[in-house]
Amino acid sequence: MSQAVEQDFRLERGSPRTDRLRRYAPAAVVFVLALVLWEVVVTVFKIERFLLPRPSEILVKFGEEVDVVGPAGLFTMRSAVGGFLIGSALGVLIALATARWTTISEGLMPFAIAINATPIVALAPIMNQWFGTYTLGSKMAIVAAMVFFPVMINTVRGLTLVDAGALELMRSYAATEFTILFRLRIPNALPYLLNALKVSSTLSVIGAIVSEYFGGSREALGVYISQQAALTRFAEAWSAIIVACLMGIVFYLIILLIERLVMPWHVSLRATDEP
Amino acid sequence: MAPVISITDVSKVFNQGKENRVAALENINLEIQPGEFVSLLGPSGCGKSTLLRLIGDLISPSMGKVFVNGKGAPQARLDRDYGMVFQQATLYDWRTVTRNVQLPLEVMNYPKEKREVRTKDMLRLVQLEAFDRHYPWQLSGGMQQRVAIARALAFEPSILLMDEPFGALDEMTRERMQMELLRIWSQTKTTVVFVTHSIPEAVFLSTRVVVMSARPGRITGIIDIDLPQPRAFETREHPRFFEKITEVRECLRHDEVRGASA
Repeated sequence: MSQAVEQDFRLERGSPRTDRLRRYAPAAVVFVLALVLWEVVVTVFKIERFLLPRPSEILVKFGEEVDVVGPAGLFTMRSAVGGFLIGSALGVLIALATARWTTISEGLMPFAIAINATPIVALAPIMNQWFGTYTLGSKMAIVAAMVFFPVMINTVRGLTLVDAGALELMRSYAATEFTILFRLRIPNALPYLLNALKVSSTLSVIGAIVSEYFGGSREALGVYISQQAALTRFAEAWSAIIVACLMGIVFYLIILLIERLVMPWHVSLRATDEP
Repeated sequence: MAPVISITDVSKVFNQGKENRVAALENINLEIQPGEFVSLLGPSGCGKSTLLRLIGDLISPSMGKVFVNGKGAPQARLDRDYGMVFQQATLYDWRTVTRNVQLPLEVMNYPKEKREVRTKDMLRLVQLEAFDRHYPWQLSGGMQQRVAIARALAFEPSILLMDEPFGALDEMTRERMQMELLRIWSQTKTTVVFVTHSIPEAVFLSTRVVVMSARPGRITGIIDIDLPQPRAFETREHPRFFEKITEVRECLRHDEVRGASA
């Protein structure tokens, strides 16, 4: 019976291609309309170029500058990804430790939450002192610190918010804590962890670029943006922002892809996975 | 014959010594023989689930002794004598049907081939072979509960403990599941302890019904259900079935009257 309902639903939805079109078309239309509006407003109201360049101008400049902003983006991506990997690895490790020894969790969590509330980017000048202004290390340190807390807190949540029935089941099997960790707590924590990683992926791009505003290698995207803006070359700055935007999106999509690979059972995939 | 489960003078008090102290069970004595199907029946708060959990060593008694297969309940749990089924199927979302049934076998380090053979057998037993690769959310409530039963029986426990396993199912599915459970019970010869608050369900399934009352939880009567085995669809229309239902209902009501006058 459920299959019949499913088929009816399909008929109404149409083929997968038109379905996808219907889903993404509104966003695409809004995007194009916004660009057109931007172009028109800047032209009609004669807004100064250094305040807001026209999108067409930015696109042309992007074409000219792609040899510079592209590699700069890749350079900055290295500190974003590096910091992301270090921060999330540490976050997961500490979370596993707190799940194993709850006293650690009780002692650490208030501080973790407090530190999480402080703006990590404020530490950028200090990190430059510690690890060197022109190194990847100082940027990775900022990114790692930004990523660490959401990853840790979410993973702890996933490891501890386990269904009571599922735990009793394990108890009835006389399972060891070790078995419970690997067969129940860790799989249970995966959706929480992946959510944190999704948030952290875009966060790490932001962290890397903003930390570069406080000084960094000349190859870095953040340095490029702040220098071009200081020289009132706003079209250049905007074309670098396009790169930053693309970096964030690509990073996010990669994590999304990983999520689909490691959690084929997940709720968010249910609509598409129906047999 | 030596009883599978033997409960002597068991009491259970929650929050002992505190203001919100609750006497959940008082002075429980019960013996269950091998191959029996015993239902614990009573209103909510009568401690029937608590009693089941005491048998399964999910909690320990405040007083008295629970012996299972001739040893203390904790040892029986460590020896994996229990298969458990709860009201919620509690399947692991990230595991397919097959891998859910395999879970206890993995935990208990069964060799791979044995695991696969057992899983196949169990899925055949609950008639879900065709759904082996499905995830829990792709199954109906009744199917999920069948997977939970298959999982509980996968490691051949001598006792099956069921806590309102069909409580969340609709009436039609429930009756189908009851037939299914009886078929499985007659095939596996497992001893079943079954918690329910449905009188017809208890009478239809059981060889004995243990009637319990609340505050404090205690046993008010034990009624033998001598309906012909195997039970079938027609059993529900048998005059004896209605007699037994009346008997159980009387037992529950008597207790209520007594409780009201006390």
